[in-house]
Amino acid sequence: MKITVNGTPRDIAAPTLAAALDELGYGTDRVATAVNEAFVPSSARAGHALAEGDRLEVLAPKQGG
Amino acid sequence: MPVFYGTEIASPLMLGTAQYPSPADLSRAFQRSGAGVATVSLRREAAGGDGSGFWDIVRGLDIPLLPNTAGCHSAREAVTTAHMARDLFDTRWIKLEVIGHPDTLQPDPFGLVDAARILTDDGFQVFPYTTEDGILAGRLLDAGCEVLMPWGAPIGTGLGLNNPYGLRTLRGQFPDVPMVIDAGLGLPSQASQAMEMGFDAVLLNTAVARAGDPPAMAEAFAHALTAGRLARAADPMEPRDMAVPSTPVLGLAVLQ
Repeated sequence: MKITVNGTPRDIAAPTLAAALDELGYGTDRVATAVNEAFVPSSARAGHALAEGDRLEVLAPKQGG
Repeated sequence: MPVFYGTEIASPLMLGTAQYPSPADLSRAFQRSGAGVATVSLRREAAGGDGSGFWDIVRGLDIPLLPNTAGCHSAREAVTTAHMARDLFDTRWIKLEVIGHPDTLQPDPFGLVDAARILTDDGFQVFPYTTEDGILAGRLLDAGCEVLMPWGAPIGTGLGLNNPYGLRTLRGQFPDVPMVIDAGLGLPSQASQAMEMGFDAVLLNTAVARAGDPPAMAEAFAHALTAGRLARAADPMEPRDMAVPSTPVLGLAVLQ
């Protein structure tokens, strides 16, 4: 399934957001997620099915002012 | 000390975590200043990135974290970012930035009020980055904000308090609302001035992180804030136009 991860095209097999994060190598990283510009809480990732063409954003804690 | 949404912070210095020469400089700046709040952000992360390392550093500061929505130019973007921040940092606090123009980084007042209302209804405790406009301040309070963060000057400029009259008026118009001067400060004397005017705290980043010695500058800001807060509480004298001798005239020798 072709999706976009942080603006980069990726081809993944995982059917859900939680599985996709594992497949993409995020493992236990502390991240926040949005799919198609809509927030998906960490508690809902396992039940969130991905679809062809989805746009996934994966954000992490960063320096800020 | 300032109380924001029922939480008392240990210092009126709210310090950003960006642009330091090194993580060690960041940690030392917080240690030497005793800053009461650390502002943080969230950005795209590659798998195996350094997000975890930064998270360990800020968690080690052991002070409240205030995530921001920096870079958002619409209420929708800001609301989504705020939800992601709450998930990531496990806090209801959000420094709400809805930027109206890329050159001035001036807040978009309309998007700001819209986002503040949505986020308050969603259970967030909103710290809006706003201007000194009193009407806008009233709208933000109506939307549920219990803290206001007017700018001193545009972000990153170091120009200080650009509109002292407007800021004094805002302070006087809402005397009981906790207010933070957010952005534009370049020198500790400007932070002291903000406290003398009756503001409760300041939020700054670039002035410390871009100083030649960030930890020393952070400590300087902490001292300035203490001085300004004490001066405010000490009830400063009223300025006057004409000179008045401070040394008694009575008993002056006649030597002419």
